[in-house]
Amino acid sequence: MPEVALAIFLLPIFSFVVISLIIRPFLNKRPQLSWYVTIASIGASLILSLWMLVEVIKAPGHVLPMPDYQWLVIGDTSIHLGVMADSLAAVMLIVVTVVSLVVQIYSRGYMHGDPGYCRYFAFMSLFTGSMLGLVLADNLLFLFVFWELVGLCSYLLIGFWFHRPEAARAATKAFIVTRIGDFGFLAAILFLYAKTGTFDIGELQHLALVGAIGGTALTWAAIGIFSGAVGKSAQFPLHTWLPDAMEGPTPVSALIHAATMVAAGVFLVARLFPMIASSYEAIMTVAIIGGFTAIFAATMGMVMNDFKRILAYSTISQLGYMMLGLGVVGVGVARGAVALEVGLALGVAVGIFHLFNHAFFKALLFFGAGSASHATGTFDIREMGGLRKAMPWTFATFLIGSLSIVGIWPLAGFWGKEQILSQAWHYAPILFYLAMITVFMTAFYMFRLLFLAFGGEYRGGAHVSLRESPAVMIVPMVLLAILSVVSGWLPISEFLGGESHSFFGALASPMAWASLLLAALGILLAYAIYSKKWISAESMRRRFAPLYTIVSRKYWFDELYENVFVVRILVDGIFALFHWFDDHIVDGMVNGIAGGTIAAGREIRRLQTGQLQAYGLAIFIGILAIIAFFMIFG
Amino acid sequence: MAVGLEHFLILSAVLFSIGLYGALAKRNAVVILMCIEIMLNAVNIAMVAFSRYGHLLTGQVFAIFIMVVAAAEVVVGLALVIAIYRSRETVDVERIDLMKW
Repeated sequence: MPEVALAIFLLPIFSFVVISLIIRPFLNKRPQLSWYVTIASIGASLILSLWMLVEVIKAPGHVLPMPDYQWLVIGDTSIHLGVMADSLAAVMLIVVTVVSLVVQIYSRGYMHGDPGYCRYFAFMSLFTGSMLGLVLADNLLFLFVFWELVGLCSYLLIGFWFHRPEAARAATKAFIVTRIGDFGFLAAILFLYAKTGTFDIGELQHLALVGAIGGTALTWAAIGIFSGAVGKSAQFPLHTWLPDAMEGPTPVSALIHAATMVAAGVFLVARLFPMIASSYEAIMTVAIIGGFTAIFAATMGMVMNDFKRILAYSTISQLGYMMLGLGVVGVGVARGAVALEVGLALGVAVGIFHLFNHAFFKALLFFGAGSASHATGTFDIREMGGLRKAMPWTFATFLIGSLSIVGIWPLAGFWGKEQILSQAWHYAPILFYLAMITVFMTAFYMFRLLFLAFGGEYRGGAHVSLRESPAVMIVPMVLLAILSVVSGWLPISEFLGGESHSFFGALASPMAWASLLLAALGILLAYAIYSKKWISAESMRRRFAPLYTIVSRKYWFDELYENVFVVRILVDGIFALFHWFDDHIVDGMVNGIAGGTIAAGREIRRLQTGQLQAYGLAIFIGILAIIAFFMIFG
Repeated sequence: MAVGLEHFLILSAVLFSIGLYGALAKRNAVVILMCIEIMLNAVNIAMVAFSRYGHLLTGQVFAIFIMVVAAAEVVVGLALVIAIYRSRETVDVERIDLMKW
C-alpha cells in the first residue's frame, strides 16, 4: 500500500493548503479551525506512521518494497521518485509525527490570541509535511527539495514575528548560513549524478560499497553531502545561526530547532552512511567535527544568560554527539575493525538512537522554557528564579528533561549517550575524552540553568504574578516527560540493527559509572555555585576573566563572519571587484559600442553633402564599376 | 562612305556623354534640365537606330514614349526651378543643399 506512505507526508501539506487557501482568506474570524485541521492531519500521519512501523517490523530485513514513480524524462535520462520504507525512515517518522503532534497541542496555549494564528499553523503543517517527505525520500533530488522546504519553513517561522528586527535578522541569518552548507550538498548531488547517472540513494550506496565510485571523487562527494548536514545541524563552523534562531516562537524552537529539522543533518549522514563510511577521510571528518562541536558548543552553553540560547547550544552539542556516534563507528568500518554489514547498521543505530531520545527530552526542555517565559515574560534567567514553587509542573518536567539530557540512569538520555561513548572509546580515544568532558559540561550548564531559573527567589519585577501555564501546555509537557524517561527503554537500537542493552546490565560497565560520576560532578558544581553559593559565581568569573570573555563572546565567530568574511572579503573584496567589472567591462562594452557608432556616424555623415550632382556622380561611378566588374569577371 | 548603325550609336554615345557631363558639372538648374533632355534624346537616337536596323518597331514606339515623358518631366522640372527661384532667388544647385545633414 504505497499510497499510505505517500499520504503520511501529503496530509500535512494538504492541511497547509487548506489553511492558507480556505481558512485564512474566508474563515479568518474562526482561526481555531486551522488548529483543528493541523491536529487532524498530523494525528492521521502519526497513525499511518505507526502502521508503517508495524509493517516494517514485520517485513523481512525491515524493508518494505515500494514502487517507483517516473517523474520526468529528459532525453534518455529518466528521474524516478519513490518512498524508502526501511527501519531508519520508520523511526524518523515516529519522531517527527509524535513531536509535531505534541508541539501543535502546546502551541494552542502558547500562541493563543496571536494575530498570526492561521499563518503559524499553516507553516507548521508545511514544515511537518516537508520533514516527513525528507525522511521518506529514496532519492537525493527529492530529498534535496524537501531539505530546502524545511529550510524555508525554518526561515518563515524564525521570522514569524517579523516586525521585530532581531527576528527578521535571525531568520535571514539562518537561511543564508544553512545555504552555505546546502551549496556543498547540491554540488555533491550533481557531482554524483555526473559520475553515476543516478539520484537513487539505494543505488548510490550500492555503487559506493562495490567500489564503483571511490577514491578522491567519493571523498569529495561525501564531504559535500556532509557540508549540507553541517549547515542544517548547526555543526562547527556553521553553528552561528542556531542560537539566533531562538527569536522564533518557542514551540517552533522545540519542533524545528531542537527535535526534527536540525536533526535532519544527522539523518542525512545516517541515510547515506554506507557511502560516507566508504571514505576514511570523509567519515573521519564527520567524527572530528561532531566531537569538536559537542565540546565547543557546550563551553558556550555554560555562560549564556538566555534560557533558550543555553538550550540552543545544548542542541548543537547533542547533535555533535550524534555526528560523533555515526563518525566513530564509520571510522571503525573504514579501518576494517568491524565487519562491514554489522558496522553500517551499528553506526546508524548509534546515531539515530540518540536522535530519537534527544527529540523528546529537548522538545520537553524547550516547552519548559516556553512555559517559564509565559509566566515571567522574559527569557533572561537572571530575571527568573524561584519558579519551582509557582510552577511545580513545569519544574518537575524540566527536571526530568535535564536529568535525561545529562544522561542519568535509567532515563532516555543515558542509553544513547552510553552507546556513543563506548563506540568512541573503541575507535577514537581522543574524541572519547572530549565527549567525556562534554558530559561534565552538559551537566553543569543544564543544572546552572535549572538552579538559576527555578531555584532560589524570584528576581524579576514585582508586577508579574507567577502562575502555572494552562493545561493545554502542561499536558504535552507531561507526555514528553514520560517519553523522556521511557524512550530509551524501547528497542530502537536493535530495530535499526545496533546493539541491544539490558536495563541493569548497563551499570556493569565502568564507563557508565565514569560518565555518571562526571555528570554528578557537573551537577554538584552547579549546585555549589548557583544554589548554595558556596563558591561565588562572580569571583569565578573574575578568576577566569580571559576565558570567560572568549566564551561569552562566542569565540568572536559572529564578528569573524560578519566583519571579516562578509564585510572585508565579500563586500569590500569580491563584490567590489564584481562592481568594478560590471561598471568597466560589461557597461564599458555597451557604452563603447554606442560611442563608436556615434563617432563613426559623425564622420561618415559628411559624405552626405546634399549636392544632388555629387550623388549623381557617385551613381555614375558605381555603374561604371559594376560594368567594369562584369566585363572583367563576368 | 555608307552610314551604318555604329555611326548612329557613336553619335548617341557622344550626345549622352555631353549630357552626362553637363548634368553632373553645371551649376545652373536650367542647364542641368537641358542636359538631361540631351541624354534622353541620345537614348532616343539609339532606339530609333536599332529599330531601323533591326526591323522592329518597338524602338520607335519607345522613342515616342520617352519624348512624352521627357516633355512632362521638363514641365515639372521647370516648374520646380521657378518655384525654387522665387523662394531662394537663385538656381545655383550648389546652394540648393536642403538634403544636407
